[in-house]
Amino acid sequence: MSGSLVSILKVEGLSKKFDNVYALKGVSFELSRGEILGILGPNGAGKTTLIHSILGLITPTEGRIKIFGKELRGNRVDILKRVNFAANYVLLPFSLTLWENLMVYAFIYEVENPPKRCGEVLELFELYHLRNMLTRKLSSGQMMRLTLAKAMINDPEILFLDEPTAGLDADIAKKTRQLLKSLCKERGLSVLYTTHNLLEMQEVSDRVLFLQREVLAAGTSTDLLNRYNVTNLEELFFKVLGK
Amino acid sequence: MSFKRIEAIILRQVYLYKRSFTRLLEVFYWPMLDLLLWGFVTIYLQRSSEGLPAFVSYFLGALILWDILFRAQQGISVSFLEDMWARNLINIFVSPIKVSEYLLGLITISILKVVIAFIVMSSLAWLFYSFRIFQIGLTLLPLVLNLVVMGLAVGIFTTALILRFGQEAEILAWAIALLFMPFSAVFYPVNVLPPVLREIACFIPSAHVFEGMRMVISTSKIPVKNILWASVLNSIYLLLALFFFLRIHKGALTRGILPKIGE
Repeated sequence: MSGSLVSILKVEGLSKKFDNVYALKGVSFELSRGEILGILGPNGAGKTTLIHSILGLITPTEGRIKIFGKELRGNRVDILKRVNFAANYVLLPFSLTLWENLMVYAFIYEVENPPKRCGEVLELFELYHLRNMLTRKLSSGQMMRLTLAKAMINDPEILFLDEPTAGLDADIAKKTRQLLKSLCKERGLSVLYTTHNLLEMQEVSDRVLFLQREVLAAGTSTDLLNRYNVTNLEELFFKVLGK
Repeated sequence: MSFKRIEAIILRQVYLYKRSFTRLLEVFYWPMLDLLLWGFVTIYLQRSSEGLPAFVSYFLGALILWDILFRAQQGISVSFLEDMWARNLINIFVSPIKVSEYLLGLITISILKVVIAFIVMSSLAWLFYSFRIFQIGLTLLPLVLNLVVMGLAVGIFTTALILRFGQEAEILAWAIALLFMPFSAVFYPVNVLPPVLREIACFIPSAHVFEGMRMVISTSKIPVKNILWASVLNSIYLLLALFFFLRIHKGALTRGILPKIGE
């Protein structure tokens, strides 16, 4: 782990029921500053519901979410100003240029000097030369990088990423992972990350949390491999899920 | 309340419209077509039917004013749909923007669209038919304001339904305002309606506005009663629409449908 162990996100006993069926049940964990926490689980395990609940898109049935020591309820604006989100299923308007899309979000996040910040994040994700291009003309890899650029527009302290590298070419996915790791190291950025790619999870995450409605296991990859006496995350995945 | 965040919602629409010929067309094309078609029909009817001196004024005035209501409603619901179609709603709802700021952004956009459409239609009516909407005088202002407020209330209500039912409810963005048209007595006096519909029309603010407009054109008197009725009803409906939207939004958070809207 690259940062100090200061907890900036604390989830306690989080449950969410849809039509009397638990999507999440008693989920508890913490995220420290500068840490990358990977959430692993099969489809329908509640990974996306967990991220959406933390971001206030879904009201939990039970439990508490504290970010930067504050409850999300009642401090929504203050908290959301300091975090951001990207997912492969969320896009930016196709009819706007890259620059325009980022300018809109620079205003939404009340960034100081929006044009300067837009230039910086476009440079960071190697998109600056495409700034005046319509978003609809981007390839899927470029689109994901733009989504990540939007997610970095407010220089967040916590980044929530829901399968950010799904559908990306291997080399672009690798670049994205490297970039994330360097951002965590250099800026103390914390990341909550979901992916189906177990190798990627092992490479990127400081800690892994296995989720299937409830937390089945949590710890660093090495700890978990030793605890379950397996050699890689794929074996661990099946063992933890009891398959 | 952050003006910068409201500005962001406006900026997003300005960027969209500045480049999109088809969207710009929507602001100018339909009002222009309506005006040309119904304007000439009205002139023809007036020439062939004696004893209808203010027919052109009634009709063109009604056409221009109805477009205000329609644009105000669409300005809200279509702008929301733009975000839904772009799969951009999650980005907005996980950002620090408040629902009130988002709505205020949409309302501002809606008013801008109304102003543009109003200028275009009034200019064309003056150019083609020598009809000057401003002949109504200062009374025009409360009439227009009431139509804008009613359009906003209907727009917010429609958007709430889209938020609740998703893409299936898209059609409401175009259909709901038109539902009010027969009861609003846009092109005919309320007393033409059968008694039951007349009762309903009493509760429709736009019916009072159009009655008021006809009174100004024919008698030059200020329709105080109509303006008051429309204002009271609009205040109630706007508050109800906002309350309804907030309830639906809260329900959407509980049911977890916000991330799925548009799918």
